[in-house]
Amino acid sequence: MNLVMRRKAINAFALSLSLAAMAFGLVWLIWILWMVIDLGVGALSLRLFTEMTPPPGSAGGLKNAIVGSIIMVGLAMLMATPIAILAGIYLAEYGRRTWLGKITRFVNDILLSAPSIVIGLFVYAVYVAQVGKFSAMSGAVALALLVIPVVVRTTEDMLALVPNTLREAAFALGAPKWKVIMLVTLRSAKTGVVTGILLALARISGETAPLLFTALSNQFWSTDLSEPMANLPVTIFKFAMSPFKDWQELAWAGVFIITLGVLALNIAARVMFRQTTQR
Amino acid sequence: MMPVEQAIENLTPQISIRNLNFYYGKGEPALKNINLDVFKGKVTAFIGPSGCGKSTLLRTINRMYDLYPGQRAEGELFVGGRNILDKGVDTIGLRAKVGMVFQKPTPFPMSIYDNIAFGVKMHEKLTRNQMDDRVEWALTKAALWDEVKEKLRQPGTGLSGGQQQRLCIARGVAVKPEVLLLDEPTSALDPISTMRIEELIYELKREFTIAIVTHNMQQAARVSDFTAYMYLGELVEFGKTDDIFIKPQDKRTEDYITGRMG
Repeated sequence: MNLVMRRKAINAFALSLSLAAMAFGLVWLIWILWMVIDLGVGALSLRLFTEMTPPPGSAGGLKNAIVGSIIMVGLAMLMATPIAILAGIYLAEYGRRTWLGKITRFVNDILLSAPSIVIGLFVYAVYVAQVGKFSAMSGAVALALLVIPVVVRTTEDMLALVPNTLREAAFALGAPKWKVIMLVTLRSAKTGVVTGILLALARISGETAPLLFTALSNQFWSTDLSEPMANLPVTIFKFAMSPFKDWQELAWAGVFIITLGVLALNIAARVMFRQTTQR
Repeated sequence: MMPVEQAIENLTPQISIRNLNFYYGKGEPALKNINLDVFKGKVTAFIGPSGCGKSTLLRTINRMYDLYPGQRAEGELFVGGRNILDKGVDTIGLRAKVGMVFQKPTPFPMSIYDNIAFGVKMHEKLTRNQMDDRVEWALTKAALWDEVKEKLRQPGTGLSGGQQQRLCIARGVAVKPEVLLLDEPTSALDPISTMRIEELIYELKREFTIAIVTHNMQQAARVSDFTAYMYLGELVEFGKTDDIFIKPQDKRTEDYITGRMG
């Protein structure tokens, strides 16, 4: 009996310790979210979506920055996703044990953990410096380079989870390898792969460093890919650092929009992934 | 003994295995000098303790081992007169002729209809109507039509285990193969589903040659015409099922069948 009491006491102690640790971690997250909502909602208005970024001291919106972000992020996903999915398929289905596969996987893992500012500087050196000016295209390229390793990794992992018996069953019906992959293996892993894409999308939506050296920013409306383009993260950076009250408020509104978007993407990814794992 | 009976019953070999050795890598062979005929329109059961090589033998007949580098077979294995161990053999065509059903049901992540159509599309160009007919035909053959005809568009993964396994049999049958390889098709199923699959095997042998691997000796005795007993990669005894179960020639077969071993 005494032993049982002792065990229960230790259990209660350990439980409260881990609960306290969890609370400590969560406090910061909630604080950040609270601040974003508190200051962001106050600055929220329809003008954000209808008016351009203003010069200092006057009112305006974030239309050009929001559209610019959507254009560059969309372009980056468009460039990166097909390449990354194909590379993931190669790693999981063809090169699982080959030397080329091992090297690719290793290099991809390094890219995965590369700081985004390094990617930004790299694109600056090989693209922006060569062309001689900042451009939206170079921003999209930098973002794409951040997407590729994430999607390669998740695609490979999700394909590796597909049981071999399913592949064998498809081969046993006389299906060629590419059809087995496209119609059976990839389809089984579909939700997992899409989850990876959504997470990558969420990641690049808030990246500032790679855009700072590439797309820079633009005070005005521009959809020209060869010109600097406005985008939310750099605009937030610029406006938040400024001494002007209007700009600071717009920065908070921008932060709120990004946070909400990323949160929505994360929830979507979670919901999708839960559906896969439940089946 | 065999040639005489062969003459009486007019048996023709569908699969002829000659001096077959199989290696999973370097080292000892997993199959040692196998010689055996699987007769057309008959059910041949492969029995033996775990690791005796019976599944390996089955996976050699449709060259499933090709998927794994390092695995190789030596000797001759004739399917319909052609040595399928030859280098230039078209494995896709071979697998159209030799279908396989696995231990665990493996429905593809698509509708019941598409599960059946999947294999057919690999080998034939059919119109919509022809495909509809083929799907119905295959599902009827697998005794599943009445249970699923109202929900052909629903995912195959939603069926029960026994239904999923019959779906997999229907999928194999739909391609119209000459041979069906069944690798422990009922070991993951309950007794009722097992009984249905056994009845199905009895029906299917009118049109297909069947080779079945099973751990269940009663099952072998119930469904098969011929039985091969394997042990440690060797074919110990092969003959008519009645002979093997009633008067086995080899001491090892007798020990296994009477439950003294394995």
